[in-house]
Amino acid sequence: MHELGITQEILAVVMERAEDRKVKRIVLEIGKLSCVLPDAIRFCFDLCTEGTIAEGAELEIIQPPGRGCCRQCGAEFALHAVLARCVCGSSDIQWLSGEELRIKTMEIA
Amino acid sequence: MLTDLQTGQHVHLDADGQLHVHDHGHTHSHGYEHSHSHSHDHGTTIRLEHDVLSKNDRLAEQNRGWLDGRGIRAVNLMSSPGAGKTTLLERTIRELGAELGIRVIEGDQETMRDGERIRAAGSTVIQINTGAGCHLDAGMIGSALRQLDPPPGSTVMIENVGNLVCPALFDLGEQAKVVVASVTEGDDKPAKYPHMFRAVDVIVLNKMDLLPHVDFKVAAFEQTVLTLNPRARIFHISATQGTGLDAWYQWLRADGGKKKL
Repeated sequence: MHELGITQEILAVVMERAEDRKVKRIVLEIGKLSCVLPDAIRFCFDLCTEGTIAEGAELEIIQPPGRGCCRQCGAEFALHAVLARCVCGSSDIQWLSGEELRIKTMEIA
Repeated sequence: MLTDLQTGQHVHLDADGQLHVHDHGHTHSHGYEHSHSHSHDHGTTIRLEHDVLSKNDRLAEQNRGWLDGRGIRAVNLMSSPGAGKTTLLERTIRELGAELGIRVIEGDQETMRDGERIRAAGSTVIQINTGAGCHLDAGMIGSALRQLDPPPGSTVMIENVGNLVCPALFDLGEQAKVVVASVTEGDDKPAKYPHMFRAVDVIVLNKMDLLPHVDFKVAAFEQTVLTLNPRARIFHISATQGTGLDAWYQWLRADGGKKKL
């Protein structure tokens, strides 16, 4: 699954910035419209951090909803799922946000 | 691992971005760079705001620039395993390969079977084996393009690893994304895999010759697709029987099978 490679990438960035100090907490932002599954990231995180300075670190995942703009009527609204309809009935929604996959912060000892 | 089927040589990219060509098998390892952080505080909390896909996106833009500069069109062909990508490519190469200057980058976890089929069909091909990897990424494509060295004005068809989930997430630097769906997979797949069907420019609905034997409602399939992706083109074909291909060929020609420099 792609979450493994993504988790490895996250840890590579974190460990470079941690510079051998113990990592206590990592905060990720995974948008509700992202293809990435938070549960799969958690699973991979436990595997990938074993024996590293990030072992035992707390992993917090924030999942912001997306925002969409209806191409038919121009209304903007929150998006909680990929298939969505505007109140006007159109499903032609431009995604303004919601696919974030970001390391927000990390806490080191 | 990247194999040039024309020469039998194996190629890998080292950490400095240099291509090394070997005559024997080799595990392809990535030389990952580390991304830069944008800002940081003093104390124990470091604010990173680091976009995890930024490295792939950056490499994809490099690929895009490399391709655009040479007037080469790249198409990312995706599907679940067995939908008919390779068969569609074989037929497209036989019927349109010379006209569009088609070259192929093949992605599979293991084996060179698809690469060999493409070569037999008449196209120059590079096979990438991802091992445990479930998708191609921009770094792999960059290496493959350098090895393939397609001429200006040609068309590179990238056959991604069979997978309806992950490839949608990874920009390769292509000009267009295509998914091959087949009538034997069920008409509910667009609803189940919305990211893929939303991301593509074209849906090729294959195995239409088998429609009488399966419970597949074309109208329902198309309605879901167009709900997700109102601007998508949908072609009905049978790659084995050769039906419905005119529209696919017309799209390949018209959308820049050979871009003018």
